[in-house]
Amino acid sequence: MANNNESTPGDKRKGTVVINEDRCKGCTYCVRYCPTGALEMSVRLNHKGYTLPELAHPEKCNGCDMCGMYCPDFAIYGRRLNSREE
Amino acid sequence: MTEIKSHPVDGLLRTDRMPHIWCPGCGVGTSVNCFTRAIEKLEMDLDKLHVVSGIGCTGRVAGYINVDSFHTTHGRALAFATGLSLSRPDSKVVVYSGDGDIAAIGGNHLIHAARRNVDMTVICVNNYTYGMTGGQVTPTTPDKALASTTPFGNFEHTFNIPNLVAASGGTYVARWTVFHVRQLTRAMVSALKHPGFSFIEVLSPCPTLYMRRNKLGAAVNLMEYFKESAVIENGADTRTVALNEGKTVLGEFVNVRLPTLRESYEERMKEALGEKFVPYEGSK
Ligand code: SF4
Ligand code: SF4
Ligand code: SF4
Repeated sequence: MANNNESTPGDKRKGTVVINEDRCKGCTYCVRYCPTGALEMSVRLNHKGYTLPELAHPEKCNGCDMCGMYCPDFAIYGRRLNSREE
Repeated sequence: MTEIKSHPVDGLLRTDRMPHIWCPGCGVGTSVNCFTRAIEKLEMDLDKLHVVSGIGCTGRVAGYINVDSFHTTHGRALAFATGLSLSRPDSKVVVYSGDGDIAAIGGNHLIHAARRNVDMTVICVNNYTYGMTGGQVTPTTPDKALASTTPFGNFEHTFNIPNLVAASGGTYVARWTVFHVRQLTRAMVSALKHPGFSFIEVLSPCPTLYMRRNKLGAAVNLMEYFKESAVIENGADTRTVALNEGKTVLGEFVNVRLPTLRESYEERMKEALGEKFVPYEGSK
């Protein structure tokens, strides 16, 4: 799991992703269909040898979870942070 | 910092079986992702939801959804599901299988389940080939496409599945692709709510056995094709929605309410037997 989940005071981020690296198969759907371009493929591999995505631009992520909708492997999801209600 | 381990839809999956067997970029996984979101949206009682699959890559779905499910024989998912639907009138029965399983081997079950308006939802993932058994031609393999059984290119006429189902009597018929995740999820919600025979054809990439043999590149290439060639025509006459090169007609084509098999049966029996008829309440 790559994690940077909890917002701290002063944190301006609108959202973030959680990646279950063990499940990922490197298909690139999440990177391609993220509407804000927050993700990129990294050069890191998981234990099965698949290339992993990463949240390359955390400031762009709004937690919309499109990446989570497209992922065929239930390996990633987006969540909102600092929502207006808080 | 708290680690949030589980995926939001993990509760609906048999996570002990993850990672699943599907290849990288296989659209079956994305369709299941949409399916889990549809179940969540409807807040369905999971004790009253049953998933029935036949054989094939898509046929594995029954084994990954964490409800009472049924992995049946090749092509026979609809036959098993008909029995289940009639004997559990308070449950929602979903058949989740592929084009080879549903439209080829199970083609006869398909037309009759649609004709009888059996109360069930059928999700047919069409990836133009038999994946699990080695990339053989199916009734939906495009013209001239290579398959392990058509080494010189496919020369058979193809099925326009929505038209087949609509002509047979299906009362909800839609087609989407795994690129259209939001629309597909919404269609699944409508299909699951629909009383009677509801059917969704889901176009989906099989990068390993279909796309590689036809030199179509990575799975995302077909996703991009779905995006570019999509023409959304809700209510389209299904005779006009055959898949042609460069045009993929999508949408909700049929949505009508007609008596289901069980409703017709009860009505007939009440007419014929009057007070003597005791409707079957289902096996407990
Ligand atoms: S949650 Fe939305 S914005 Fe964030 S990475 Fe996923 S798709 Fe992109
Ligand atoms: S969509 Fe899922 S499997 Fe594909 S690269 Fe992204 S996290 Fe990995
Ligand atoms: S063979 Fe094709 S349909 Fe089967 S899991 Fe692989 S990509 Fe999916």
